[in-house]
Amino acid sequence: MADLSVKICGIDFKNPIIPASGVFGYGREYEELFPLSKLGGIATKGTTLHRRTGNLSPRIAETPSGMLNSVGLQNPGIDHFIECDLPYLLTKDVTILANIAGSTPEECAIAAEKLECTDVHMIELNISCPNVKQGGAAFGTNCDMASEVTHRVRQATSKPLIVKLSPNVTSITDIAKAVEDAGADAVSLINTLLGMRIDINTGRPVLRNNVGGMSGPAVLPVAVRMVWQTANAVKIPVIGMGGVSSGADAIEMMMAGASAVQVGAAIFTDPFAPVRIIEEMNKFLDDKGISSVNEIIGAVKPW
Amino acid sequence: MKYIQGKYIITEKKAIARDIFSFTISCPEIAGKAVPGQFVHIRAAGFTLRRPISICGIDPEKGTIRIVFEIRGNGTAEIARLNEGDVIDMLAPLGHGFTINHDFNKVILIGGGIGTPPMIPLADAYRGKSTVITGFKNASAVILQEDFAAAGAETILCTDDGSAGIHGFVTKPLKELVRSEKVDAVFACGPIPMLKNIAEICFDNGIYCEISLEERMACGIGACLGCACKAKRNDEEYFAHVCKDGPVFKAEEVLW
Repeated sequence: MADLSVKICGIDFKNPIIPASGVFGYGREYEELFPLSKLGGIATKGTTLHRRTGNLSPRIAETPSGMLNSVGLQNPGIDHFIECDLPYLLTKDVTILANIAGSTPEECAIAAEKLECTDVHMIELNISCPNVKQGGAAFGTNCDMASEVTHRVRQATSKPLIVKLSPNVTSITDIAKAVEDAGADAVSLINTLLGMRIDINTGRPVLRNNVGGMSGPAVLPVAVRMVWQTANAVKIPVIGMGGVSSGADAIEMMMAGASAVQVGAAIFTDPFAPVRIIEEMNKFLDDKGISSVNEIIGAVKPW
Repeated sequence: MKYIQGKYIITEKKAIARDIFSFTISCPEIAGKAVPGQFVHIRAAGFTLRRPISICGIDPEKGTIRIVFEIRGNGTAEIARLNEGDVIDMLAPLGHGFTINHDFNKVILIGGGIGTPPMIPLADAYRGKSTVITGFKNASAVILQEDFAAAGAETILCTDDGSAGIHGFVTKPLKELVRSEKVDAVFACGPIPMLKNIAEICFDNGIYCEISLEERMACGIGACLGCACKAKRNDEEYFAHVCKDGPVFKAEEVLW
């Protein structure tokens, strides 16, 4: 049995696997299937200062080896999260990353401030949601905006701050460096890739929002490349995600430089995916005689 | 636990109409929990998203459930390639089912096309108290009539082109039935325009009505919020989720 534990920004994770924000709600639905304590961490559903109703349906479309979503940050608001969902999650012996988003830097900062007096372990600031008209991706595609929103949230919280980055940019390393300079303790990437599908019989986009975020196995190589580039560009830890659906994928992501790995769309195909991935990673490490998962972080030997 | 995920053996496969298949699946844990109106979320090899399919039969004694589904695209075509003896990966039973109220003495169940299958376990639950109206495109698309008869239901068949049963939509016999006798509730599943018309008829006649909806879905258990539908509860509009709040809704709560 290899040691799977990792430490990110001083916070302990019993293993590096974290269901990604948006696929796991606030955990209750999956607790029906397995104990949440098996997970390294949980990134909670993106939560905003005020309740959001989200986009019209259809919000989901299948794509080759993946999917599109345009949920539009539907959530009950940060107060509801702090009152009803967070206390439940904090009893589950698992590291909690509260994912927050907002239309303005102020909204993000106020949401972070409200979390300050809770026992949540880390904050993951989403500056990259492609499905909302204001804020969202707009923050994540411009270095100055990314820097400003990170700075505002940094001032509002003493919790470890992870900033979640968009891949829909010319240079993700520039954005990563900008948020590092603005005080981020870690970065997580990649959020979904902006995509579109059209029903050729009706001429209408499949998604009611016309466009949405693409995820699933198809995006893995893009994510591995961006994680590798980012890990080489910043000094802060990188949390990798994008298309991970097996232990081998997670190992690959960590070799590229990720200190932990989030699992998204794979959980829709196999609801036990995060638990299975942990077991598969353990087996890989045992078979190779590697005693700690920390040994593979950034272990890629580039040509 | 409310739902489970596993691989179960298909014990019987039948083609029952063009592109429509019936699977009987041995899954005692699911058969012991499922109620009429719930669905199963099936993994299709090679696809990221599972496919939600309504439950068409529940036999807790034999430990089986039955599903009847139509090939709608590549995912359902992949599921249709499975054979007797193969295993099928299901997350089930999911969703909120139909109301079973023993005080109801007369109920009408309505199925349109591939919306017909979930009405069979409901006919069974309302044995001897139900009239089933089903509507199909034409005679060759007609399915499950003998199953409704076996569940002790009176059946009224309609086809759009008149090639079998009544020529016209299911709303025609529905209007006549609600005029001629006291109906306690109407339950329906099928295309949206049909459901909308049924809901209107029930509203006008003061009859309790539940409908089953479908929507593109990802997790199937209420976590991802993908399958939203506009609804109203206590005069407040909100996005309900077909997988968890539904698929069965009170007709009055759905905002069309």
